[in-house]
Amino acid sequence: MHRISLKVDGTTYEDHVEPRLLLIHYLRDRLGLTGTPIGCDTGNCGACTVDLDGQSVKSCSVLAVQADGSEVTTVEGLASDGQWHPLQRAFHERHGLQCGYCTPGMLMAARDLLAENPDPTADEVRHGLEGNLCRCTGYQNIVRAVLAAAREQREQPAPSGEEASV
Amino acid sequence: MIPPSFEYTAPRSVEDAVRALAEGGEEAKVLAGGQSLMPLLRMRLAFPELVVDVGGIPELRGVREDGDTLVIGALTTHHTVLRDPLVRRHAGLLAKATATVADPAVRHRGTLGGALAHADPAGDVPTAIVALDAELVAQGPDGRRSIPAAEFFTDYLQSTLSPDELLVEVRLPKPGDGWGFHYEKFRRATQEWAVVGVAAAVRRTNGRIEEARVALTNMGPTPVRARATEAALAGADVAGDAIARAAASAAEGTAPGTDLAASAEYRAHLARVLTRRAVTAAAG
Repeated sequence: MHRISLKVDGTTYEDHVEPRLLLIHYLRDRLGLTGTPIGCDTGNCGACTVDLDGQSVKSCSVLAVQADGSEVTTVEGLASDGQWHPLQRAFHERHGLQCGYCTPGMLMAARDLLAENPDPTADEVRHGLEGNLCRCTGYQNIVRAVLAAAREQREQPAPSGEEASV
Repeated sequence: MIPPSFEYTAPRSVEDAVRALAEGGEEAKVLAGGQSLMPLLRMRLAFPELVVDVGGIPELRGVREDGDTLVIGALTTHHTVLRDPLVRRHAGLLAKATATVADPAVRHRGTLGGALAHADPAGDVPTAIVALDAELVAQGPDGRRSIPAAEFFTDYLQSTLSPDELLVEVRLPKPGDGWGFHYEKFRRATQEWAVVGVAAAVRRTNGRIEEARVALTNMGPTPVRARATEAALAGADVAGDAIARAAASAAEGTAPGTDLAASAEYRAHLARVLTRRAVTAAAG
């Protein structure tokens, strides 16, 4: 067993884990953060995407021991003070989901995309989300939602205290 | 699935990593970004007894210049390679090929050295490295050795690295002026492996190709140079049909496989078409 310490959605956890424990299993089974789903075994689908030290990663392709000392943000850490993140609101308003299974990963990948490129074209959004598969929507409304959230974030930048969560 | 059980160590220096690999022998596996190893573990296609996580060795990361050579640490992520100004300036072909690897989340974790040591002939990065005549530097118990890219890949998922060696850096000769480059990749869906890929770099003067380097992805068990095409391109006129004629020999001497994505015959066809496109774009 290996000792790890990491911060997840603002809370610090210390644990003993088996080296083979995947980050996604640690988040879901140990911490109970089941907002992040597991979609595939191959690293293709992106449903389990979380933010690890400021970059989107597929948490099925990271060992929990590799996240030792790191900061993780999951979809459950997006809303603050009961307020949805602009991306969550935009997905809701633009019907960016049907079954919702891919949504946590889509939100986290889109958040990473907008952090790097706050004013993407529709084509850039599609490329930015190429690691996230949706089997319901045909992506049209997902792209619309991301563009809408980008617009909102550009017009109303987050207060400085929340900069890190955008 | 849950990966098989293994011992884990996270050395903080290359020397400690090499020592751990030497102790683990054939049953040890290096973990860099993990974007190839982790799916293999989850699908239970790999059963290492020991995983040596080199992710915490800072000296393995980063891009620097060493005279006429660009040096990229093995642990440098695809994401960093793509954005690094030195790579863009001196190894644009590598950046171009790296941009087609998987997807952003995978490129955040996946590393240059990992992609090379994994030695997948369907990988894009090995092909670019072979086209660029890079040298790969490995460190073992007896010190370092430099391996030309053309000799590094020996068979499907096999390289000349011995179990107690760690790939530490990639050295790329700066190409100088007049070079154009392109990576052309054919795949059935975004984020997929190349059915076939072609890396092309050409040096032009006055509308004429002086020198060309063409390497192929997934046209055999290792990345391979299209030597007949390269020879035919030397002195070729960019404007006429010389590029198309040279590309017709792109599949010569290759040994592509047949799988669900394509037959060997179709791959040979793709190699010719994509080579024409890649060389035309590189010469443009």
